[in-house]
Amino acid sequence: MAAIGISTATMNGGQKLAMKYFTVAIALFGAQVLFGLLAGLQYLYPDFLYGILDFSINRMLHINAMVVWLLFGFIGSVYWMLEEEAGVPVVGIGLANLIFWIFTLAVVVVVLVFLLVQVGPGEQKSIWLITEGREYIEAPRWADIGIVVCVLAFFYNVSATFAKGKFTNIGGVLVMDLVALAGIYLAGMYYTPNISMDQHWWWWVIHLWVEATWEVLVGCLMAYGLIKTMGVRRKIVETWLYIEVALMFGSGILGLGHHYFWIGTPEYWFTIGGFFSALEPIPLVAMVVHAVFDAGHHKLKSTNNPALAWIIAQAFGNFFGAGVWGFMHTLPQINLYTHGTQWTASHGHLAFFGAYATMVIAFLYIALQKWRGDVYMSSNLVGAWKWKWAIFLLHAGMITMVMALLISGYEQSQIERAIEGSTWMGYFTAQEHRWFMQGMFWRQIGGWIFAAGFVLLAWDLLTIGKRETRPALQVQAE
Amino acid sequence: MSQTQALWWASESFWRKTAIWVTAGSFVVLIFLTFDTVKQITAGSKRVPAYANALNHRIDYVFDAKRNFQVPVIGPEEPLFGKMLTETEAEALVSHGKLTTQAKNCMDCHTLLGNGAYFAPDLTKSWLDPAWGSKETREQTMVEFLMNPTDKLHNASGRRMPNLKITEAEARATVAFLKWMSSIDTNGFPSNFKPIDQADAAPAPVAEPAAPAAAPAADAAPAQQ
Repeated sequence: MAAIGISTATMNGGQKLAMKYFTVAIALFGAQVLFGLLAGLQYLYPDFLYGILDFSINRMLHINAMVVWLLFGFIGSVYWMLEEEAGVPVVGIGLANLIFWIFTLAVVVVVLVFLLVQVGPGEQKSIWLITEGREYIEAPRWADIGIVVCVLAFFYNVSATFAKGKFTNIGGVLVMDLVALAGIYLAGMYYTPNISMDQHWWWWVIHLWVEATWEVLVGCLMAYGLIKTMGVRRKIVETWLYIEVALMFGSGILGLGHHYFWIGTPEYWFTIGGFFSALEPIPLVAMVVHAVFDAGHHKLKSTNNPALAWIIAQAFGNFFGAGVWGFMHTLPQINLYTHGTQWTASHGHLAFFGAYATMVIAFLYIALQKWRGDVYMSSNLVGAWKWKWAIFLLHAGMITMVMALLISGYEQSQIERAIEGSTWMGYFTAQEHRWFMQGMFWRQIGGWIFAAGFVLLAWDLLTIGKRETRPALQVQAE
Repeated sequence: MSQTQALWWASESFWRKTAIWVTAGSFVVLIFLTFDTVKQITAGSKRVPAYANALNHRIDYVFDAKRNFQVPVIGPEEPLFGKMLTETEAEALVSHGKLTTQAKNCMDCHTLLGNGAYFAPDLTKSWLDPAWGSKETREQTMVEFLMNPTDKLHNASGRRMPNLKITEAEARATVAFLKWMSSIDTNGFPSNFKPIDQADAAPAPVAEPAAPAAAPAADAAPAQQ
């Protein structure tokens, strides 16, 4: 009965489009890993690619590839679930397809300029055409405008589809979240000579994306994922979603203040930022409880084991990476010594991977199952070793990197900050210290393990279910 | 308890309302705080000095017993490159410097106000760094370093700043930007910082913090290759 083999016939318009977004996302994930490896090597061999692809370029490509692949993954995931949620075909699917190609082309042009032009003269035109030179949002201004146009078109597709069909609770939260997500990006699109003002608004984009709107977006994706893979009752999932939104925005919006300790902003942010950011782990605990409880309640019986495994990985990764690792250095008394050290790198790696990469990968598996013609992906799946080893290697590599960076960060806070007082000499005294360099060495080992995990993941995504002849397991909706 | 009489605190509608109110409330508080913060960090305020005020005077970083951390202090007249600037001229110069830091992507190796990448030193108080040698040669040393950093020995780690084709005008503007940035009140970040000796050349006692830095700085200072 079930048509086994690659089949787009059963996929709706949004899902066909989602596959395109996922393809670009996984390619950019590969680029992120590659440039991360190069940048990591430059700590160990400073002359490696010196003057050709300097650390700044590799690091910029490393973090920008990440932002864009996660965005592509999120957009793809939303298109994937849109028609099923709203109950009607995606409104404006032609426009959506056009926007995909424009967005992809723009990304390619930006990357080529980053690689080939790299830097420009200190003039406005460099900011418009080459790079804005602001961490995470280095894309030149023309691309910023392009991103806003693409996101607006995406927003139109999503909101018009829900409006035409039915607004589920997931749909309602998603639409409100996208308004905030698009609006906040505008805060990063202006120039000022005042670095304090620059950083103040820059954090509106970075923090309110990563620690608020993106978190709610993955909350929506998790809600859909749990219904999809285990048949969890919608009412339970959606109630949890509202609890998460309340806790997430309740702590995350004013938690913004933990970035306002040292950039020239007033002292009252010590109290407000410290207090609210300390609450930020709470919604992440709620998400763990929620996901693990549901999985246990359903005795881990799912239609798609790899996807469920990545959803559980997300719950824990989000809690440890964003929650615990963030909390560890969020209070100003500690942050004075850790701000701008490898502590931040340790936290950033685990948080972005744990909270976001995991969720996109879960959706890739959900999508591929249907692409293979609703193939069986539950226990004793043929060739299951690949996804299991991929998830293991990616986590082993990530944890190695994160622990190594953390040790380097401890050493840096102690020697550069507490003892030497952050002068140029203090910085290098700490950087040349054996403990720091050991951390950098093990981070690179972790990077290689992670890269091996990525290769296996990519291979698995291309082949999973290929030799499987059983149809997908049906789960009873509660 | 029967299934139909759901607990009010476990109901979807209760949490929907809570989510809306909590989000809206937090956002309103944020907006109010933002108005105040933006006022306090506008150039020319107490925390973020006017451009000309910073460039035309000595900037120091001294311990404030009341606030219990170091704060920048604007001292006697000491114009950058020996030239007094009007506020308009100073802003234009700082702006050119800031544009240079963006166009050259400084933040993907360095941190500014502690934000950026961790491959190279923080620049928040770099104007005050003892690595520049003496206050008399500092400006010229910084300009030369920015324009041609590759062959200068930075440190023993082997990391070198690449040549970013910074022109002399861009380098001078960048130095102005860095001097102005060092005057921002960053609530004591970085702490325990030991600034360059800026005392006027009199037979005054040598400032304590600068002395121990002098010897090891030989391999750290770009100036003293």
